[in-house]
Parts: sequence; structure tokens; C-alpha cells
Amino acid sequence: MLKVIDFSGLISFQDLGRKGFQSFGVPVSGAMDWFAQRVANELVGNSKDATVIEIGLGDITFRAKRDCVLAVTGAGFEVQNYVWTFPLWTSFYVRAGWHVQIKKISGGNWAYLAIAGGFDVPQVLGSSSSYSRAGIGSPIHVGDVLQNGKPNGELTKLAARDFPVQKFIQYSQTPTIDVIAGPQRERFDNTFFENEYTLSKSFDRMGYRLEGKEIESNYKSELISEGMTMGSIQITNQGQPIVMMADSPTTGGYPKIANVIRADLPLLAQCESRTSKIQFREISVNEAQDKYRRMMKT
Amino acid sequence: MFKPLGDSALLIELGNKIDSVINQRVHSLNALLQNTNGILETVPAYCTLLIHYDSLNFSFHQIKTLVEEKMNQLNKMNQETARRHEVKVRYGNASNSDIEIVASSKNISVADVIQIHSEKEYRIYMMGFTPGFPYMGILDERLEMPRLQTPRTLVQAGSVAIAGSQTGIYPLDSPGGWNIIGWTQLKLFDPESETPFLFSPGDVVKFIPEE
Repeated sequence: MLKVIDFSGLISFQDLGRKGFQSFGVPVSGAMDWFAQRVANELVGNSKDATVIEIGLGDITFRAKRDCVLAVTGAGFEVQNYVWTFPLWTSFYVRAGWHVQIKKISGGNWAYLAIAGGFDVPQVLGSSSSYSRAGIGSPIHVGDVLQNGKPNGELTKLAARDFPVQKFIQYSQTPTIDVIAGPQRERFDNTFFENEYTLSKSFDRMGYRLEGKEIESNYKSELISEGMTMGSIQITNQGQPIVMMADSPTTGGYPKIANVIRADLPLLAQCESRTSKIQFREISVNEAQDKYRRMMKT
Repeated sequence: MFKPLGDSALLIELGNKIDSVINQRVHSLNALLQNTNGILETVPAYCTLLIHYDSLNFSFHQIKTLVEEKMNQLNKMNQETARRHEVKVRYGNASNSDIEIVASSKNISVADVIQIHSEKEYRIYMMGFTPGFPYMGILDERLEMPRLQTPRTLVQAGSVAIAGSQTGIYPLDSPGGWNIIGWTQLKLFDPESETPFLFSPGDVVKFIPEE
């Protein structure tokens, strides 16, 4: 049980996302960095679909109302109480009454806070994930007391576990992100693959607008709206790429030059605005699926 | 015709225009693919069907083969009867109604706009944009209007609107760039309800003018 003392930035409950309603226009939502979320739950002994708190571009401070075990994963954050700094990608024991702060530093955008037992949040359409644009999900306020379920084991045994994150993923601000050619790839030349891009100031859970060399298309007819996914890279009429992220609309009307592979979505999600330098590389569907399956074997 | 959209989705292109026959094929194929092992969910659109599949256990080619088999059945299949809905509309009675601008730019009266918009049945070609938003067509040519130059930051839930050859209803308060011509009190999306969505893609909608 945690009491929220203060926070800034984008704070929301997320689970594995809202599945089965995309044909009605309901975005999947879920974590921006699925890998960090997955490991956070694993570290505290939760099932994969347990609800975590996503902390984006800001800080959160809370006080434990009871003893509990927590884990924080992600990139670009540090975790402190008065005395200690807890490393990310570990689980740690927190005593009743302790204040803990998750603080934004540089090197990423999103952190995931898991509590042993999972946060107890009502489900809407089969998921606890927040989708604030449509008022779906439970918002978090200062002063809220966040309940959790029953931990899967003794707290002392769930604490002090760590995860060798570098074996699976190297977060970087100069990453090479693998993509698969999109359905409208032939409308564009190789500009997108031969130049570096950075994340613009304009980004949120719905999409990452990129900045870099303009991508021209001599294809005049507009695209009739069609389905898209997290990772779809749309090219606007102004020639700027937008990568659709967790709260992506289910359909879109701009041509898609490529799709970021699932395995590399966490890398892109953690790229910082203006300072990151991102290179995109085309790979095959089979290679992408192999990479994803390897990451799922944690 | 079968294109990967990333490593866990496959896009099927059944045509490249807004057309009722093509869209009917999209929805028939969609119906055939429900509850297929390996397929997680689908997104029917105007002339495409997007298949989200289980990429941990299925390859792109396995899913493609599966879909191809179903497509053979599609050609033999009778078209199922679509669900039909009547929607009562107070034309011109929305906050920010554009109905007079539509009438004057088309050189017809407001009454003509109401009559033309409400006389035919529309198919829900797809749903998207926001939860529960139905993209419907095909709108009579006499009402074709471009989208607003600058989208409104807030369009009231229940607003009935037109753009190009399409008409739609905003299920939630949201931004929007279509021309608003009326308002309905029907609730298209209610996440707390047993049946959260009033419409499904493929359904047919008829507007009834209300005093």
C-alpha cells in the first residue's frame, strides 16, 4: 500500500494492454517500454499481466503504508529514500513509513514501478491500462492510497533480486533501431535509412514525431485509412516521420514507410528529445521475430 | 496484397478505393477469420484488413497461408445480412453546427442538406480515430465538403459530421476536423456497459431527422 505524496510528468497505471477492441477503434495502450515493464513484474514475483505504474518524464514520491517489496526498471531515473539510492532493475524491501522517490535524471524517458502483488486497479474492457484521451482507466492523484494484491511469496524472498539487463538490451541515445519495410515503402527513396533522426519536442504516449532530413514522396494520391500498430512509422505530408507508440490510434491515413520491430520498441521509447541520434536499419520479418523470441525467453 | 506491418501484423489489401463491394469483402473475410488459432485480433478498414497475430508461435508465412485458405471460401460465401440501426438526429442543433455553411457552399437549402443526408443508408466501413467512431459512406456527392482548414480542439460527443464522401458520429468529446451538421443523444461508446459499443464495423446506419 503506497500513498502518493507528490508527482510530476506522466504517471499512469499500465498492464499488458487492452486486447480485442482494436476493430472498434480502441487503442491497445500498455507500457511504452514493454521489456522494462515485464522485468519489473518478474523481479517482484508478479504474473506478467500485473498492473504497474509507468512514470514518464517526471518524478514521483510516495510513502509506504505497510512493508512491501518494490522494483523499478526503465532508463533515465534513479530511486532514493533518505539514505540510500536503490539501483534500477532490482527488487528491494521498503518498510512502512519510508518515503521513496523515483527521480528523473538523463538517459531515458520512462520508468516502471512494480509492487509485489501488483497494483489493485479496476479493469475497463479487460485491462487496467490508462488511456486518458478517452477517459479510460483510473487516474492517479496526489494523496491517493494505492492498494496492492497479495504477493506471490514471502516478502523477504522477493526482495534483493536483480536482473542482468545488459545481456538483453543496451539502452542508448545513439541506437540503431531495426525496422521492417512498411506497406507503402515503395513511395519513398532511401533518405529515411541513410540519415540520422532525433526525437522532436513533440512526443507523448501516442506518437514520437522525429526530426531530421525531410522525406520526399512523388506519390500524389492520398492513402485510404487503414489499420496500424505501435511502431508504425507514418510519413506526414510535410515529410516528417511519426512513430506510433503505445496509445496509437488503431487506424491512420498517412503512408507507412516502415515499422519498428517489437524487440527494439523499448530502445526507441527511451530515446530523449533533441539529444538522441537514431539510425534506422531494415531487416526481415524472420530476423525480427527471432530477436523478439530471444527477448521473451527471460 | 499480403504485406507485413512489423513483426506481428499482416496487412491484406483487397482494393485501393472506397467502394461498397470491396468493403463488403473486407468484412466477410474478417468474419471468416474470427476465432482462428494464431490470430489475436483484426482491424477491418475501407479496403484492407489488418491481422494482429501471435508472432511468438506463428511465422508470417503460416498466417499468410491460413488467410489464403479462408479467402478461397470467401468467394463461395453468401453475404451475411448486416445489423441495421436507426439514429435520430437533431440537424443543425449541435454546438458549432456547420450546416448553414454546408448549405451555402453547396448552393442548396438547409432542408436539402437534411433530406439528402437522411435519405440513404450508410455502411460502417471501419471504426477508428477514437473508440467507437464509425466511418460511414458513401455520402451523396451533393454534400461532399473538405475537412475544416483548422480542426476544432473540441467536438461534442454525439455530433454528426461529414467530410469528403464520408459521414460519422463523434462518440466522445474530442478534437475533430469534420463539418458538423447535427447531434444525436445516442451513446455510441460506454466502457462500463455490458455492450460497450453500439455499432460494429460492417453494420448499416439510417439517420432519422428529429424535430
